[in-house]
Amino acid sequence: MKMTLPRLLFWVAVVVIALVTLFPFYWAARTALTFPRAVYTHPTAFLPPELTIGNYQRVLGLVDAETSVRLGGSGQKINFFIFLRNSIIVSTLIAVGQVFFSAAAAYAFARLRFPLRRQIFGVYLSALMVPGIVLLIPNFVLIKSLGWLNTYQGIAAPAFLMSPFAVFFLRQFFLGMNRELEEAALVEGAGRLRIFFQIAIPLSMTAISTLAIITFIYSWNDYLWPLLIGKNEGVRMLTVALGVFKQQGAQNAPDWAGLMAGTMLAVVPVLVLFLAFGKRVINSIGFTGFR
Amino acid sequence: MAEPSEKAKRPRSTARLQESGTALLFIIPSLLGFMVFFAIPAVRGLYISFTDWNLLTPPKPVGLANYVALFQDPDFWNALKVTTFYVLWNIPIQTVLAVIVALVMQAASRSTLLKGVVLLPWLMPNVVVAMLWMWILDPTLGLINVAVRALGGPLIPFLSSANMALPTIAGINIWRYLGYTALLVFAGLQTIPTEVNEAARIDGADDQQRFWHITLPLLRPVLAFVIVTSVLGSFQVFDTVAVTTKGGPINVTKVFNFMIYQQAFERFRMGYSTAVSMVLFLILIGVGLIQMRLLKAGEAES
Repeated sequence: MKMTLPRLLFWVAVVVIALVTLFPFYWAARTALTFPRAVYTHPTAFLPPELTIGNYQRVLGLVDAETSVRLGGSGQKINFFIFLRNSIIVSTLIAVGQVFFSAAAAYAFARLRFPLRRQIFGVYLSALMVPGIVLLIPNFVLIKSLGWLNTYQGIAAPAFLMSPFAVFFLRQFFLGMNRELEEAALVEGAGRLRIFFQIAIPLSMTAISTLAIITFIYSWNDYLWPLLIGKNEGVRMLTVALGVFKQQGAQNAPDWAGLMAGTMLAVVPVLVLFLAFGKRVINSIGFTGFR
Repeated sequence: MAEPSEKAKRPRSTARLQESGTALLFIIPSLLGFMVFFAIPAVRGLYISFTDWNLLTPPKPVGLANYVALFQDPDFWNALKVTTFYVLWNIPIQTVLAVIVALVMQAASRSTLLKGVVLLPWLMPNVVVAMLWMWILDPTLGLINVAVRALGGPLIPFLSSANMALPTIAGINIWRYLGYTALLVFAGLQTIPTEVNEAARIDGADDQQRFWHITLPLLRPVLAFVIVTSVLGSFQVFDTVAVTTKGGPINVTKVFNFMIYQQAFERFRMGYSTAVSMVLFLILIGVGLIQMRLLKAGEAES
């Protein structure tokens, strides 16, 4: 095959794009597997100069303080297991709750006739335009007055019952879905509730699971809200914990190896989800356009 | 739906009522969530912005005092300037690169692998992205500085110099959002009928001519959408600033959202910070409207 100039340019572009995108991840993974001392002595070594899983053991709190120091850490107690657990709990709660309740609402907007249907949907949509920071302060005050600071429900509550985007996304999907099956069931006397659970949800499982994955990743990635609501270690999420960890290291030389190990803990679950369901997520971006 | 007959009318109206009841059951949870965490907070936020409140004592109504104070606050004008510069560093480069990446995606015969790879940074938490780059850009041990030093170059204080901090943060976020933006542009490219390009090719237009005179004009609506949404998103940057520079050095990266955060949660000026957030909201509405008008006007010309 002849290698024309545009063809060559194309391949150069593909390689550059892939390298620029993937290299930072590789560099973090490499640093996370490097003995802390070697991070300083061999800052440019491509492969981990002194291979170790000690950084992961340290940040996951699997070793005692003495061993942690021997592994190159500060001996400070760090337990990313708790933060990993918190992130999983909160993100799962939000993904399940938001998608389920939004699906119910979306189904009503798409299929049922009721007063003020268009108006309510319109008001939901208008909330997409309100910048997050405008709602942040009043919502913080609300959660505080409920006594929900430093609780899972406090972190999850605002996103648990709906998001305007989720309602919009699923309504679009239901509108495009064939009505025949539902109408046949209606004629045979099935109630709307049954039709929703036994026909609409199973038929839209692809859209629902795609949305659930995107919602999970979104709350997994969230920083500002859990920073305000979940300061305590017991409910602190991974993103917040990474910020705290970085600051603690700032007084002396930063513990880059430990920090990168913690960072990889936040990367891997998203990566696994993406490897399993990536195609759907990619297609959904072409489908709805935004988010 | 079946034709309504005279006989069916009465049962139908009760059926209607029943349908409304079912609908209520379906939307009640979302309605509750919407009222409690979207609608009421929006109104309450507006009220708070007209008060003086430190969270400890009851809010004291002060009328427009916060809004007046804000226009005399150098911090507010600094935030406006910093955020605007941030958007100007961020969006043009990101959009141009996204178009290039989208063209590469198209040439890659719709390879899902390439799309997946470029989308990866967007799926990661902002905090993670900030950590990855803080490490690579670190002045003493970061790969780039160590390499530059080895080649005899000067130290590059990416995030710690007043000149470089803001463009560096913009660069980090370009890296995060590039793939996502490119995918949107790519989706737009798919809507351009291949016949148009074919016809131009037969008429002797080369690649470049076809890009400038066919692809780009037809891509305009998608690009308009992408630019408007990414500008509005860019105006609200917070995470990366909070993790990397905390608004420093000497306030050069103190964007709106970070300023509001500090006013509210470090200085506990709830009324004042909420007022700034309301003004930001108005600015965003204005920026959105101006952009839409500009992009529309351009469309009419061509």
